[in-house]
Amino acid sequence: MKNWNWRLISTHAILIVGVLFMSLPVWVAFATSTHAPETILRDGLQFLPGSHFFTTYNEVLFVEGGVMKSVLGTTMLKNSLILGLGFAIGKVIISMLAAYAIVYFRFRLATPLFCVIFLTLLLPLEVRIIPSYEVLAKLGMLDTHVGLIVPLIASATGTFFFRQFFRSVPDELLEAARLDGATAWGFFIDILVPLSKTMIAAILIIMFVVGWNQYLWPLIMTTKEENYTLVIGIKQIYQILAEGGELPQYQKAFALTILATLPPVLVVLIFQNWFVKGLVESEK
Amino acid sequence: MKRVQFEHSSIPYLFVAPQIAIIVIFFLWPAAQAIYQSFLLEDAFGLSSQFVWFRNYSDTILSTSWLQSAGFTAIFSLLVTFLSLSLALLLAVKANEVIRGASTYKTTLMWAYAIAPPVAGLMGNLMFNPLIGDLYKFFNAIGWDFNHKLDAFDASFVVILISVWKQVSVNFIFFLSGLQGIPKAVNEASMMDCRSPTRRFWTITFPLLAPTTFFLMVINITYAFFETFGIIDTTTQGAPGGATTTLVFKVYQDGFRGADLGGSSAQSVVLMILVLILTVVQFRYIERKVHY
Amino acid sequence: MANLALTGIRKTYPNGAVAVRGVDMTIDDGEFIVFVGPSGCGKSTLLRMVAGLESITEGSIHIGDRLINDVSPADRDVAMVFQNYALYPHMTVRGNMSYGLKNRGMPKEEINKRVNDAASLLRIGDYLDRQPNELSGGQRQRVAMGRAIVREPEVFLFDEPLSNLDAKLRVQMRIEIKRLQRRLNVTSIYVTHDQTEAMTLADRLAVINDGKIEQMGAPIELYNNPATLFVATFIGAPQMNLLPAQFDGEKLISNTLSLSGYDGLPQSQNLILGIRPDTLRTDDNGQLEMRVDLVEQHGADNLIYGAILNSENTDSEETEFCFKTGQEVMPEIDSTLRLGFDPDKTLIFDKESGDRLR
Repeated sequence: MKNWNWRLISTHAILIVGVLFMSLPVWVAFATSTHAPETILRDGLQFLPGSHFFTTYNEVLFVEGGVMKSVLGTTMLKNSLILGLGFAIGKVIISMLAAYAIVYFRFRLATPLFCVIFLTLLLPLEVRIIPSYEVLAKLGMLDTHVGLIVPLIASATGTFFFRQFFRSVPDELLEAARLDGATAWGFFIDILVPLSKTMIAAILIIMFVVGWNQYLWPLIMTTKEENYTLVIGIKQIYQILAEGGELPQYQKAFALTILATLPPVLVVLIFQNWFVKGLVESEK
Repeated sequence: MKRVQFEHSSIPYLFVAPQIAIIVIFFLWPAAQAIYQSFLLEDAFGLSSQFVWFRNYSDTILSTSWLQSAGFTAIFSLLVTFLSLSLALLLAVKANEVIRGASTYKTTLMWAYAIAPPVAGLMGNLMFNPLIGDLYKFFNAIGWDFNHKLDAFDASFVVILISVWKQVSVNFIFFLSGLQGIPKAVNEASMMDCRSPTRRFWTITFPLLAPTTFFLMVINITYAFFETFGIIDTTTQGAPGGATTTLVFKVYQDGFRGADLGGSSAQSVVLMILVLILTVVQFRYIERKVHY
Repeated sequence: MANLALTGIRKTYPNGAVAVRGVDMTIDDGEFIVFVGPSGCGKSTLLRMVAGLESITEGSIHIGDRLINDVSPADRDVAMVFQNYALYPHMTVRGNMSYGLKNRGMPKEEINKRVNDAASLLRIGDYLDRQPNELSGGQRQRVAMGRAIVREPEVFLFDEPLSNLDAKLRVQMRIEIKRLQRRLNVTSIYVTHDQTEAMTLADRLAVINDGKIEQMGAPIELYNNPATLFVATFIGAPQMNLLPAQFDGEKLISNTLSLSGYDGLPQSQNLILGIRPDTLRTDDNGQLEMRVDLVEQHGADNLIYGAILNSENTDSEETEFCFKTGQEVMPEIDSTLRLGFDPDKTLIFDKESGDRLR
């Protein structure tokens, strides 16, 4: 019995160390962001919240020149939301339609089209980043929301996810619906979409996080400050800190990391069950 | 495939059209462009270009800097994959064992999934800041002459640490759900057959997790190849002396900073081939999984 | 009016597998037909071809005078109850039942009337606003039937609808389906691999084996007069006893048995003598000697399992044997029973072709 207790204690000890390892950096980032720059420079990182919470976040979010040259934190927040939501919603719609065609229809070009879609899985945007940039430049889509979001949707992860899910839907449902006189569109809207509700939610959450966290593509796509997302703001603040100034504004850098982290983390925490289900399902 | 499908001439094409259009414009076209450009040499002003066959390939890929980068990428990927998988597996096994506080542990261990790599990079960068970073001070205080701005090993250490930290939560989620997917009866049977928990883990649980592990290995290598760009770009930027430059970072560096389009395209094509090989491995794995 | 005719039906899959090889049958209006056979025999494929869920490689299907080969499933005027019910999980019971009618553009009042009528017929009126996952297996089964009934189709198709229910419910639903079909008087085809279901439900039974109809007829006809060895063994529980036999022109010889009265059989070494377990009786002068291995007490009946003793060639395999009797016969294990039977109730088959000779 005693043996067993030691085992339990060591188990909890390992887990607590793990939790600290995962969480402490973010906590320190938050705590430090609430202190005055002088304090940070003098005493280093902070483990307890300070008195500058309001000052720091007010400057970062609402004051011009507070963190970037001209753009406000709120504008970057808005851009991040547009990217995250636009990416997630666009991806879900487009990939559901494509997956429906692939799973539920017999048509001549099904196999070649499927191969093309599959090919996109093999080659992430990162390996063709420069030619993609050139194509967008030619199309005059630099610094636009469409140009930012649509190329990211080209990768067919969502299509594969829905394909997998549709294939797990019992065949009999389509058969019953056909006997009930449902058309192709009717079956999609009346049966398949409502049936996929949970899956759609899961994909939306995952894709929102993925979209929000995009870095390299927005980095080269956006040239104007007003189009920066929070994650791109990270790059800028890195630049500022690297170049050095009179009084490095570490608290603002930390505040920016917290702002860039908070929305996706909240989404993941609030919709934890859906999110985990979606993530794990996508493996199959 | 479905036993019964709709047979319709035009409707399926309408449904796949948006996806295919996006793929053609934003995937096939740039990919073709990359291949085409990899055979061209542009002059300094980008006014004229010349077809040079494989010269870009031989120039860039045989260069010491590319080979150095390839070597770093290989070691980096293996270390990040191995470390983050081991750590996540340990935590998942422990989290699966406890009853009290299980959901709290689960939540607090997985939420870091949502943090963007560059954000993790900047946080890590500040932790290692020579002026304020506690980790920087700590390592120097315990007698390690730590300086990631100058020392290649120290810089690699920083990049790997942050990359592992960022990836543990994804692996944790998959391992935990893999563990929870093992039927209770199998666990109970193994408890009757084998007294030692450690032995039970390596002979029963771990083999049953093999499909998950294999899948995660592919995911993690892909992550180490591509997604760590954000971490490197906000910490070392490939420094010192290209010691922490991954292949993807180098494509970006040469293409955008160096404006060497041909060379950068050639690197892109080589990367594509590398990823294709990785995917073949993944494919064989999927096929194997079907037999389960 | 709505009789159903299958003519020369064949089904070959693209990979070359042949599922149905030449089926002809006519089903009268209001008749309840059961397709029975082992799994993989093609009975479900045949049903799905009637439903329009499988294409027809060769042959034609008529409902009434209408050729329906190329008519879409929705326009064939058939309704189907699926093995796993195939209820739309996100719709209420009412939604499930009315979906097909809505797609046909039926006015709302008419839909409501039909759904309510069907629901009261099936006693699911209280569950109309629930979703399938809030129902028990038996209730789901009723909803699946309700969905078929509201359509008022020319033909009902049932694809092993009771196989997901527990034993007790299965018997109950079996009776209910029969009663309902009598009442609605709709032509029905019912697929099952369970011979009890087949026997009890069918007006006529089609025993299907390897893509062909072995025999078709009233259940009791198939039981008493099976055309082939396959039908004889498939219909009837416990299964018919089979003994290897030969006919020398005068007597039928099987092990220690030597029976007369089989004139007209061809002389052959390769015959099979079939005796149903319930036609046997204990008889001190009986020719069959059986060693008792196991007694199953079913209540009113006892099933006694064992082997026929073979004095001639003891090294050959013993023949499994079953004897059905009343609860009063309770022999000791390993004891020997002497059994007699009426030669008129035995069946003789050719071992090679499986055809019945007598």
